[in-house]
Amino acid sequence: MDHISPVLWQFLVKWLTHFALFPPEASKIAPEMDALYFFMALVSLVGLTLVVLLILGFSILYSKNRHPKAIQIEGSTILEATWTIIPLGLFLIMFVWGALLYFRIYTPPANAMNIYVVGKQWMWKVEHPGGQHEINALHVPTGRPVQLTLISQDVFHSFSIPAFRVKREAIPGRYSTVWFEATTPGTYHLFCTQYCGTNHSQMIGDVVVMTPDDFKKWLDGSTSGNSLAQDGERLFASLSCNACHNSRPDARGPSLANVYDSRLTLSNGETVTADDAYLRQAILNPSQHTIQGYAPIMPTYQGQVSEEGVIALVEYIKNLDSDYRVQQTLNTTDLVPEGQAGKAPTTGQKPAAQKEAKP
Amino acid sequence: MSAATIVQLPDQSTARIPKMNFLTKENGLLSWLLTGDHKRIATLYLISITFFFFIGGALAGLIRLELLTPQTDLMAADTYNKVFTMHGVIMVFFFLVPSVPATIGNFLIPMMVGARDLALPKVNLLSWYLYVIAGCMAIYTMAAGGVDTGWTFTTPLSTHYLNTHVISTGLAIFVAGFSSIFTGLNFIVTIHKMRCPGMTWFRLPLFVWSNYAASILMVLGTPVLAITLVLVVLERSLHIGVFDPAYGGDPILFQHLFWFYSHPAVYIMILPGMGVISEVVSTFSRKRVFGYTAVAFSSVAIAVFGFFVWAHHMFIMGISNYAALVFSLLTMLVAVPSAIKIFNWAFTLYKGSITFETPMLYAFGFMGLFTIGGMTGVFLGATGTDIHLTETYFIVAHFHFVMVGGMLMAFLSGIHFWWPKWTGRMYPEKISQLAAIVTFIGFNFTFFPQFILGTLGMPRRYAAYPPEFQSLNVFSTAGASILGVGYLLPIIYLTWSLKYGAVAGDNPWQATGLEWQTQSPPLTENFPVIPVMDHEAYDYDWLEKQEQKEVASVG
Amino acid sequence: MSDSSTTASGAVVDAHHEHPPYQRHHFESVDQQFDATNFAMWLFLLTEIMFFGGLFTAYLIMRNWYYPAFVEASHQLNIGWGTANTGVLIVSSFTMAMGVWSAEMRKKGLLILFLSLTFILGLAFLGIKSIEYSEKWEKHHVPGLNWSDASFVNPASDPEVHKLYPQDKPLAPDMAAKTEMYFFLYFAMTGMHALHMIIGISILGFMLVRARAGAYTTGHVTYVENFGLYWHFVDIVWIFLFPLLYLISRY
Repeated sequence: MDHISPVLWQFLVKWLTHFALFPPEASKIAPEMDALYFFMALVSLVGLTLVVLLILGFSILYSKNRHPKAIQIEGSTILEATWTIIPLGLFLIMFVWGALLYFRIYTPPANAMNIYVVGKQWMWKVEHPGGQHEINALHVPTGRPVQLTLISQDVFHSFSIPAFRVKREAIPGRYSTVWFEATTPGTYHLFCTQYCGTNHSQMIGDVVVMTPDDFKKWLDGSTSGNSLAQDGERLFASLSCNACHNSRPDARGPSLANVYDSRLTLSNGETVTADDAYLRQAILNPSQHTIQGYAPIMPTYQGQVSEEGVIALVEYIKNLDSDYRVQQTLNTTDLVPEGQAGKAPTTGQKPAAQKEAKP
Repeated sequence: MSAATIVQLPDQSTARIPKMNFLTKENGLLSWLLTGDHKRIATLYLISITFFFFIGGALAGLIRLELLTPQTDLMAADTYNKVFTMHGVIMVFFFLVPSVPATIGNFLIPMMVGARDLALPKVNLLSWYLYVIAGCMAIYTMAAGGVDTGWTFTTPLSTHYLNTHVISTGLAIFVAGFSSIFTGLNFIVTIHKMRCPGMTWFRLPLFVWSNYAASILMVLGTPVLAITLVLVVLERSLHIGVFDPAYGGDPILFQHLFWFYSHPAVYIMILPGMGVISEVVSTFSRKRVFGYTAVAFSSVAIAVFGFFVWAHHMFIMGISNYAALVFSLLTMLVAVPSAIKIFNWAFTLYKGSITFETPMLYAFGFMGLFTIGGMTGVFLGATGTDIHLTETYFIVAHFHFVMVGGMLMAFLSGIHFWWPKWTGRMYPEKISQLAAIVTFIGFNFTFFPQFILGTLGMPRRYAAYPPEFQSLNVFSTAGASILGVGYLLPIIYLTWSLKYGAVAGDNPWQATGLEWQTQSPPLTENFPVIPVMDHEAYDYDWLEKQEQKEVASVG
Repeated sequence: MSDSSTTASGAVVDAHHEHPPYQRHHFESVDQQFDATNFAMWLFLLTEIMFFGGLFTAYLIMRNWYYPAFVEASHQLNIGWGTANTGVLIVSSFTMAMGVWSAEMRKKGLLILFLSLTFILGLAFLGIKSIEYSEKWEKHHVPGLNWSDASFVNPASDPEVHKLYPQDKPLAPDMAAKTEMYFFLYFAMTGMHALHMIIGISILGFMLVRARAGAYTTGHVTYVENFGLYWHFVDIVWIFLFPLLYLISRY
């Protein structure tokens, strides 16, 4: 110790104790992915050792001093077959194993709790359905599958949680999803990993994993007062969606009660499932997603609704489970008579108190 | 290293560089700038790409310096973004893609097939001029403030969200692309149509096979990049677009079009290097390459399969799970021919007579480092692990292992191997062996920690990073400084050797191959008489008989 | 550019065999020269297919996504001019082929005639294209520069086209915005094609000068033949462009 500078020693100690080769395993899929990684590392090590031994071994055994005359060998079909088939076999094992993992990670289970994430230059906006909004942070409970529905507001970003071993691109123009189930409470890194401009390296945050009780407490303490669905309801009314989508018999637009996840027939004969992506497209590019039996008169809301707004509307529609709810919406917001639809920005007040601003 | 060597130099007291050779044939700037001689064009290329290599290398140095500390303290984030973008653009398009084909390939392929020149000498010269024009445009971009899109030009960032010099860079790469296309076109035509009598396909050196495969990729893949860049440039100038969802376009379409070229591009970069390794391993083991046919076909297999795997760069980008499955499977298939080559080279050593001159040291370095780089490619080709590892330093480490540990080492191996043929002089052996070892050590220190960084989750293209990643970054930068020394040394001693190196004679390595049967440096027309190929490639018995004949006739 | 280095080497080679003056010194025979350069041209055309392929891919995807917009936008193109252009190019390919025949037959006068006809037809094509382009400019259908989608939101405001296609309904604003995408691809594809035409016509001009000097009627048909390949290729690209861009809704 006397011979090593204290500074250097501190550095060494810090380095050795903090030296990790893997991020913490904080999700259910993490150990499984690490297992595949270990297998690959092992195969690579064996392969590399083999190649190095061959090279070194042959170099020593057949160096010019020891073996002055080379013996010409054309080849060996057996050997060619061996080192074609064995690597191929190993690679195919990795392919299958990897594919199974991949499908698992990108196929959210039906009972997953959904959280929306909107990426923009240069921050992550996380929206819980209950109305909790986070910036560059994500609180999740342990023991429950959590699905993230991602979208970007501008360019490609990529939502990465190394500790969970999940990553998914946030794409401008459409939703992407990924899911995980956290296992260990703690705080973990959240990174944007798709180069997105100047402050790409600042687009980082924390994923906070909490026990279910703590999570519930956090939810209660962090809500903005309105759930996403309620925000959506206000937006629905303020954009006068209810002028056509009002579940009346003579309505110009289809009823939206229970529409989420149902099968719909479009006017071009195609059938689609009304999932998040469809609803978003129907709001932003309605003329291509009109339902059979209805005229293509819905105006596009591209440019008038932000991605968070669309998410709020989608949440609202997801929770619209009966005509009664629709009627509730009609009652709690002043319905502007058809023909005088104006667009007022949503205010921060509760729906009951909102009044439409007449043009 | 054993003192045993295969080098046989002529008696230095009487040996002279041949008075008439391609370098002395004509003098004057115009004779160089208007030349049709493939060897002169290769020399012009060598000077140009070395120039760009050092610019790209300086940018790499800046990157590593910035990454010494977790904060962005050496330069602003914007500047850092420009530095890594230009590093990527220059290294990929202005160094790696033309490196072996345009220099060593241009120099050797006509000689290796027994022709006097490439099929289209004027097109060859045009190719160099296009490269120079593109290079000037790239330098203009840097001088005017740079571009910060990343070398991958992801839209809509590059089309609508940045105000840097995307258009000039896009056009520079467009022009460089045509340089590449014309080189590849020339090679394919030459190899098909200008082989000397007796030179069947399976008597060609494996270097020719590799360059042929790379040329197929150049010719078929590069035009797609060209049109993609045209679309990006148009989109940027007119503010509409096929690649931006805000205008109804599809950003994923850009990804498909871009990677359709850029994946084959990596094989364009590595295949010629693999060709060099075949030649070097054979010569320094005094043996025919083990499994010649397998190695030849594996080059073509890599080229063909290489066209079908591009979306493995897009696994997390929202392509369908089933598409990911297909591309992952094909990626596993394309990995196999590379493994075949490594084993064939290793077994070429078996029962050989091995010496360890500099080209062989670089070749060994290639084999080890390319194995690591290639295996880590499989980590990424399996979709499950790709999710965790993509867009992190694991990717950076992977491609630097194959490109720098692989390709750049192969390039240096080739330069050293053919230096005596090119210049008529030998490079100094001891210092070059030292440089090879220094490069190998520096390389491992620089890039191996990056695998760990990537597994830990550190994203790529980050100017600032969480503090716990610092120690590995410091390690990596320390390695980079050693690596820099390893690359500077060859410039110094190779330049020195131009005047003071030993006279090499026709065939210092006692190698087979038509290029070694003529003088060093070669005549402008390569051969006084077009040779007739009456023996197989790597026929060391034939070579022995030749030497016996020579000795018998001179005596 | 001269390849003086190889020309001068002729003196060094002993047993220098007789060869026509147009044979380059790195080739062993005229046949090899012809073979090689012909192969090179075919290969180059293959790269051109890949080049245009990117544009066609983008076009096909966008057309699939926004079919109604593409249909209505294509109605803005004048089928008459398009057909005329197609005819012009096909005839020019014929005259080019006749030019190649003339060169092979060593008929200098005919060669010059056919090359001139091809040249004129090429110019005619570009002339018609410029008429079409200026029409687009007048109607504000140039994306990014003076774009307006009024004709698609309200077809009645464009009486010329509306008369021809009364069944075209007004497009919803979001779909109407996609017509700009169609025109972007229209200009990109026909513009790239026109660029290739311009290059071809320039080379034709050069060839006319050389043909008058008798360069192609000495048995050295390589240049004419290879250029003919290029010209036919440019023609074929148009044959694909025409139905894709002009004839979307006609089947």
